Amino acid sequence: MTLDHGGGKAYLWAVPPPNLDSSTAPLPDIFSRWFARRGWSPRAHQLALLAKARADRSALLIAPTGAGKTLAGFLPTLVELGGASPKARTSGLHTLYISPLKALAVDIARNLETPVAEMGLPIRIETRTGDTPASRRQRQRRYPPDIMLTTPEQLALLLASDDAPYLFASLKRIVLDELHALVTSKRGDLLSLGLSRLWTIAPQVRAIGLSATVAEPESLARFLVPQVVSPPPAKRRGGVGGGGLFNEDSAGDRHAASPHTRPLPATQEPGRRGEAAATEDNNSAIADIVVAGGAAAPVVEMLDTRERLPWAGHSARHALGEIYDLIKRNKTTLVFVNTRSQAEMLFQDLWRINDDNLAIALHHGSLDVGQRRKVEDAMTAGKLRGVVCTSSLDLGVDWGDVDLVVNVGAPKGSSRLMQRIGRANHRLDEASRAVLVPANRFEVLECHVAIDAVNENAQDTPPLRSGALDVLAQHVLGRACGEPFLADELYAEVKTAAPYAELSRADFDDVVDFVATGGYALKSYERFARIKQDKLGRWRVANPKVRQTYRLNVGTIVEESMLKVRLVRSRRGGSGATGTIARGGRMLGQIEEYFIEGLVVGDTFVFGGEIVRYEALVEDEVYVSRANDADAKVPSYMGGKFPLSTYLAERVRVLLADQRAWKGLPDQVREWLSLQSYRSRVPGAREMVVETFPRADKHYLVCYPFEGRLAHQTLGMLLTRRLERARVRPLGFVANEYALAVWGLGDMSAMIRQGRLNLDTLFDPDMLGDDLEAWLAESALMKRTFRNCAIISGLIPHRFTGEEKSRRQVLFSTDLVYDVLRKHQPDHVLLRAARADAATGLLDLRRLSDMLTRIAGRITHKELDRISPLAVPVMLEIGREAVYGEASDELLAEAAEDLVREATGT
Amino acid sequence: MNTMHIADMTVSGVNFTADLSGALYWADERLLVVSDLHLEKGSSFATRGVLLPPHDTTETLARLDAVIARYQPHAVIALGDSFHDREAHDRLTAAHRATLATLQTGRDWIWIVGNHDPDLPRDLGGSVASDVGIGPVVFRHEPTGAAGEIAGHLHPKARVSRRGRSVERRCFASDGERAIMPAFGAYTGGLSIRDLAFAAIFKSLEFTAHVLGDNRMHAIAAARCY
Repeated sequence: MTLDHGGGKAYLWAVPPPNLDSSTAPLPDIFSRWFARRGWSPRAHQLALLAKARADRSALLIAPTGAGKTLAGFLPTLVELGGASPKARTSGLHTLYISPLKALAVDIARNLETPVAEMGLPIRIETRTGDTPASRRQRQRRYPPDIMLTTPEQLALLLASDDAPYLFASLKRIVLDELHALVTSKRGDLLSLGLSRLWTIAPQVRAIGLSATVAEPESLARFLVPQVVSPPPAKRRGGVGGGGLFNEDSAGDRHAASPHTRPLPATQEPGRRGEAAATEDNNSAIADIVVAGGAAAPVVEMLDTRERLPWAGHSARHALGEIYDLIKRNKTTLVFVNTRSQAEMLFQDLWRINDDNLAIALHHGSLDVGQRRKVEDAMTAGKLRGVVCTSSLDLGVDWGDVDLVVNVGAPKGSSRLMQRIGRANHRLDEASRAVLVPANRFEVLECHVAIDAVNENAQDTPPLRSGALDVLAQHVLGRACGEPFLADELYAEVKTAAPYAELSRADFDDVVDFVATGGYALKSYERFARIKQDKLGRWRVANPKVRQTYRLNVGTIVEESMLKVRLVRSRRGGSGATGTIARGGRMLGQIEEYFIEGLVVGDTFVFGGEIVRYEALVEDEVYVSRANDADAKVPSYMGGKFPLSTYLAERVRVLLADQRAWKGLPDQVREWLSLQSYRSRVPGAREMVVETFPRADKHYLVCYPFEGRLAHQTLGMLLTRRLERARVRPLGFVANEYALAVWGLGDMSAMIRQGRLNLDTLFDPDMLGDDLEAWLAESALMKRTFRNCAIISGLIPHRFTGEEKSRRQVLFSTDLVYDVLRKHQPDHVLLRAARADAATGLLDLRRLSDMLTRIAGRITHKELDRISPLAVPVMLEIGREAVYGEASDELLAEAAEDLVREATGT
Repeated sequence: MNTMHIADMTVSGVNFTADLSGALYWADERLLVVSDLHLEKGSSFATRGVLLPPHDTTETLARLDAVIARYQPHAVIALGDSFHDREAHDRLTAAHRATLATLQTGRDWIWIVGNHDPDLPRDLGGSVASDVGIGPVVFRHEPTGAAGEIAGHLHPKARVSRRGRSVERRCFASDGERAIMPAFGAYTGGLSIRDLAFAAIFKSLEFTAHVLGDNRMHAIAAARCY
């Protein structure tokens, strides 16, 4: 990637006019001169972090994009390494930088080189990623650089070796970039466990976290320091931590940072949840928090479309011309959408009307890496006018000159939206500009409340996760690959990681047992143990092959099974597969295997910005040809990855309930809501409206929980089971972010009227008992959740030593394991891990449970003679969305019918 | 018995019942056939470091117990690959052996050898054979494509796709002259009936997949499966 940004690296180091606080510690001369030569001056928060470092404190910096976060994070390191004379400096690794993105680590390394070179500082900076050649990796172990930039997975690998204590003993600083993004996933759990290990090896180390604004900065700040374990572990120095160069310092209090001494920076602006719920007991150590101020408030508006607003759908095709105009009127526009297929569709549509031949590109995670890099390079070089992208660009390398962000579709959450808007903000003192383009009427409501939330700077990032047991299993195996450990010591160490602070000893022991022999009730695997105890009771890996397998499988990102997509010429009939490749089929990118499994040859879908026809599946490649169809036959909208946040949902309900607030809404939407209150009822802020009505030859039930499609899908599954028992004969259901529609043959209106169907009973939270259990036994979503846990925990390796066999040959079906384990050992630790995931993941059970509690006793039934205006959007999803349901027999029966028809000639 | 759980399947003029459990029943002979039990597959993986739950043998034997209880056959044929590897029978627990003995009591029991278990010890009860011919039908592990042959080995499964959704299940594959049975074991995966291995046996796509649905059997033309 070229680094020629016109204005140099201004985006990384940019500083506005001086706002030096006289109380902050002065910079060493060499640094002051360098700043001055550049015509810059350091910012208050950069100096504040330096002061924290000098006071030997860990700190969390909360700052918007463009605030010079990265320099702030590295300034203490540069000053320490640059200030000391080479002789006075201890050798060894000084600073470890960890980023969620490999590309970001590489980019930051390049950008650090500039000041280091210009000041002539004797500092060696190196990256270590999956791409680093083996020879350099080896050298890095023996002669570590001063600063190493890497990822959480690489850190885990470095720690899982005998020489980890040697490599890290000298460590002084850890810089964690984009911490807000890392901590929301299992990668954050893995990182926290890595930190817990570093705290043992290098007790003197201090962490700096860099984060966007979040709802609960205090919980993020806990992540950065060891949580207090009481009683404290007996032998901190014993074995593993020994040999460090800074052990003298370790007598110092690792847990010194307490909430009581936490100075509140002058610039701190508390988030929506207000200040600190810093706990007063000693179980919560917390890093200092520094908040960068001074960012100009963003200017966000909703596109006031001249067109008719669609009732449903996510394409925003109605606003296509207006989006195009926005791109045309601005220098560089980022157009964010929520899913890959939306990106594909919008990109294609934009090019269809691109009469000015504007340079508009496409960027999403499934595109070929080379393709993505090309787009990023063109963007950096200022050659693009617009990029249609997904969350693949939520994070990452900053690009100077984005002057407008367009967000198409639902914003989903206010923090998420603010982070996206921040991508336009390369200069702190200029306001970011963003335009929200709702794709349907409900999204208008969501955009409306999201703008209010942005204006109030209200954050809705999720609370800190509690650490997953499958990730812990991976860590335990990794620890056994390094120096042997005693269970007591490891337990104490693991509990210093904030996500695992509450880990029970029983869970820990179960995980160790799982890593050793699978953790099964039948003790038949003792002789196959992967880790074993020596005479001193220390656990170590049983043989080198286990270590090899661990190294190949480290990490928590379980990719959906992906297939490569190759563009070939249409070849109806014939199967000369290799011949086609020889003709030079171009690789378009990757697609989820489960999507392809739903296709039959000849089906068309959108991919790589065009409509393609499915030709064949050859090994792990999907052959597609260009289709001339105007519309794809199979919709590939699989819903966004993220559901509507609880916070925005609540605001939408409040907006709906308050008729006076409707005047801020577009006329079309206001009329729609008025018609709803005339025909049926607009839901109150805390109530749930349930409508029943007949349509064609079926009977419908539509309810409006506003809890996101994942929770609604789960609700739909459970409701249909109950309706089945109530003899309503349900046939199917469909869910969107706001509502759920169920239909069946039974007349639900009449049944409710006659008291044969009770809505309070139907929606009783007890559905999360037996009904849930019965459904989980066969739920494909639950099986997917379990598969992730099985892979992360190391039960089923997904990469094998030796020659790379085809995935299909070696992968053992985790569905079979799930079935057997569930039946014979339902309390197995992996099933517990999968359940914990299901609470917040694909099944969103926790949210469903909260909702059922919220609406208990607050259900209002409206019996209608026809569909209500509010029900139209979700009803329109029928046929557009795959109708949800896991009744496989129906699908098989349909296929069987074909045979009958064929046989009888009908 | 609920007729949804079974399907009629004819091989060389003999009428069989294909059971939802994956077993095949010959009512006239009171003969029950199960294929590819792969007992102790879990522990077999464990020897190579993949610690699959060891409950698969318990589960497979429980399924076998259930189907035997329903049909009360006079004879049972285990159509090969009953054990996942050559040492698998050594790893059976005493309880598993006892269950097997109970299942064998009062009926003939024939172990057909398979490629996973070519040498079966005598102490497992029942008799061991490479193949068994009864009337026009011959039972052997690996299919040769001969008329009248009922085999296993390939673990057939069928996938059906509709409107962007797909369902994949184990199945019997038969063209009326020969049949291939689904694998019965709890840990047995499958091979698509559109794989070349099936083309070699059936010589065309003119065969039917009797698919094991969640609650019923479905007869689907192989050409419509993936």
